[in-house]
Amino acid sequence: MNGSAAIAGDPTGKPVIEVSGLTKRFGDKTVVDHFDMSVPKGAIYGFLGPNGSGKTTTIRMMCGLLTPDSGAGTCLGYNILTQSHLIKEHVGYMTQKFSLYEDLSIRQNLDFIARMYRVPRRTERVENALEELGLADRASQLAGQLSGGWKQRLALAACLLHDPQLLLLDEPTAGVDPKARRDFWDEIRRLSDRGVTVLVSTHYMDEAIQCDFIAYIAYGRKLIDGEAAGIPGQVGLVTWRVEGPKLAALAEELTGQPGVEQVARFGAALHVSGTDAAALAATVSKLKKTGKRTWKQQPAGLEEVFIHLMAGSQDNFAGRSPT
Amino acid sequence: MSASYSSGRFSAVLFKEFIQMRRDRMTFAMMIALPIIQLILFGFAINNDPKNLQTYIEMNDTGPVSRSFLAAMQNSKYFDFQGIVANTEQIDAVLKDGRAAFVISIPEGFERAVLRGDRPSLLVIADATDPAASGNAVAALNQLVSSSLQGMTDTVLQSLAARPPPFSVIVHNRYNPAGVTSYNIVPGLLAIILSMTMVMITAMAIVRESERGTMEALLSTPARPIEVMLGKILPYVVIGYVQTLVFLGMALLLFEVPFNGSWQSFLIGVNVFIVVNLALGFLFSTVARSQMQAMQMSFFYILPSILLSGFMFPFSGMPIWAQYIGSAIPTTHFIRIVRKVMLKGGEIAEIVPDLMALLVIMVIITGLAMLRYRQTLD
Ligand SMILES: Nc1ncnc2c1ncn2[C@@H]1O[C@H](COP(=O)(O)OP(=O)(O)O)[C@@H](O)[C@H]1O
Ligand SMILES: [Mg+2]
Repeated sequence: MNGSAAIAGDPTGKPVIEVSGLTKRFGDKTVVDHFDMSVPKGAIYGFLGPNGSGKTTTIRMMCGLLTPDSGAGTCLGYNILTQSHLIKEHVGYMTQKFSLYEDLSIRQNLDFIARMYRVPRRTERVENALEELGLADRASQLAGQLSGGWKQRLALAACLLHDPQLLLLDEPTAGVDPKARRDFWDEIRRLSDRGVTVLVSTHYMDEAIQCDFIAYIAYGRKLIDGEAAGIPGQVGLVTWRVEGPKLAALAEELTGQPGVEQVARFGAALHVSGTDAAALAATVSKLKKTGKRTWKQQPAGLEEVFIHLMAGSQDNFAGRSPT
Repeated sequence: MSASYSSGRFSAVLFKEFIQMRRDRMTFAMMIALPIIQLILFGFAINNDPKNLQTYIEMNDTGPVSRSFLAAMQNSKYFDFQGIVANTEQIDAVLKDGRAAFVISIPEGFERAVLRGDRPSLLVIADATDPAASGNAVAALNQLVSSSLQGMTDTVLQSLAARPPPFSVIVHNRYNPAGVTSYNIVPGLLAIILSMTMVMITAMAIVRESERGTMEALLSTPARPIEVMLGKILPYVVIGYVQTLVFLGMALLLFEVPFNGSWQSFLIGVNVFIVVNLALGFLFSTVARSQMQAMQMSFFYILPSILLSGFMFPFSGMPIWAQYIGSAIPTTHFIRIVRKVMLKGGEIAEIVPDLMALLVIMVIITGLAMLRYRQTLD
């Protein structure tokens, strides 16, 4: 629903982020490899990939914090190579690691950021932000004393002070409890409805399915991207849904069979998926005979796709794995 | 407009630095305590005008003149006679193992030579490892030559006393022939204290931002490098002033170092020197990856500025290559400025060469720092 709403909101607009061929090397290690991405205005764009796959590095290049070794692009219409100071004026970047001053109070942090962006009517804005955060009565507490969830909310508030047109959120909900995560996503939706474009990196699946668009990166290379609804079709994943008794035993039996790439439990059912439809069908017909279970082929959902993508790539710190 | 300098952003950084400085009590205390501790350690070790220095005598002759001179020495309170030494070996021994600060050697036939008007010499061998300690005593010796003869009844000697001194004192400094004086060291300490704290504190304050990850947020704002640099440096200029005040108070009141020159030249020198050091700290911070590294680099810099600046050893006594290195160190020039101003009554005109050198170094360092300062995380 949101995907279509966002696109309908600005069908002709130029992409907010448009980069191509972005490459970044640290030493002899290529961390981001010819990365292309196009983020439409007003969209919530999910940026997925395992740890160390290059998400943070890519985001940093897009807002001018890192210089790409090659590639080019624009962000909010400004050249990412030459106009980063203009990009910075209009982008709110929430870093993966908390990057406000732990030895400054909550209010001092907000005030500092507001001054750096030369926010008009600064004091008022800061007080409003404190009210909205629900931190008004703790404003003189040191930021370092806040819990993870509060730090994340403070960081979001700080990067919203200057009314950015684009939000870059780098794993904003890592290590935050589920309730706080839900609240956080409600806030993202509200901002998106107001026309703010949001690029958010995450490795939570339940967050990925809330996005309008998705790009998946592993070992610095983009594996897939597009509208969220179209992703399963692109991956070409076939899923069989099994219901009946003794599913745990069945799951064990299925693992390692030809065509079976992934077995996942969804409530009272098992979802058995694979990209080789024929091999999977053969295995299924063989197993249908054992036990009284109902088998049904259905289109793969985003959930299965992400489990599939994530299973395909472990943490990427060690370097490219043989394929 | 967005690309232009903003004094609002500069003052935001400045303001933030002050808050952080106040929070970081430990560092703050260190910045104030360091000059005090250093001055007390260095200053007192060298400047307390020690009396009763252990003295041995090699008596190769005796008579009224030498007796009178030795009595005068004893009365001066600087010398405390420990005993007699018989030969060169014994002299070497008492000096080497530190039993004697001085050995007075009265040569054979000394008395007769004095009476004949040959104006012979008394040899004083001084342990000059701590030249400041023995300096005053040595200075007193020549005074003692004439005063020792004052009370003598012998008319011949009285008439001798009226004319140029009937004998002279030759001082042999052992172990440190250059003989740096205490007044030289205390003013030099200002240079050392300032470069130690200014360089290290700025370097660490900036690296801290990278280390804690706050640099990423700072860089993602539209702040310009010059705003960040000025905002980060200025609070420490204030610290530099405080240190200078503490230093002056102690140097003038406690150590009674004279201040003979002009305040203007002192102030100009101090300001330029503080800025040079802060720029150097900033430059270090663009190289160091952690606060630890920043600290190590600062110490690495401090060492040559203590050893090669003329603070510890006389500059002209160093080998040429060391003098070249020394000339590139800001501390060298500032030490000269402070010594000239405080001790030799230097005016602006006299400090111009060293001031120029400081300015050149400042321009180079600032240029390098600005070149190296990255607005990115690369
Ligand atoms: N400044 C850097 N120097 C060297 N290697 C880096 C640097 N930043 C990131 N890397 C490496 O690049 C890879 C990608 O990192 P990153 O972009 O942080 O991934 P992600 O955000 O997807 O977890 C990792 O292997 C990481 O170790
Ligand atoms: Mg990351």
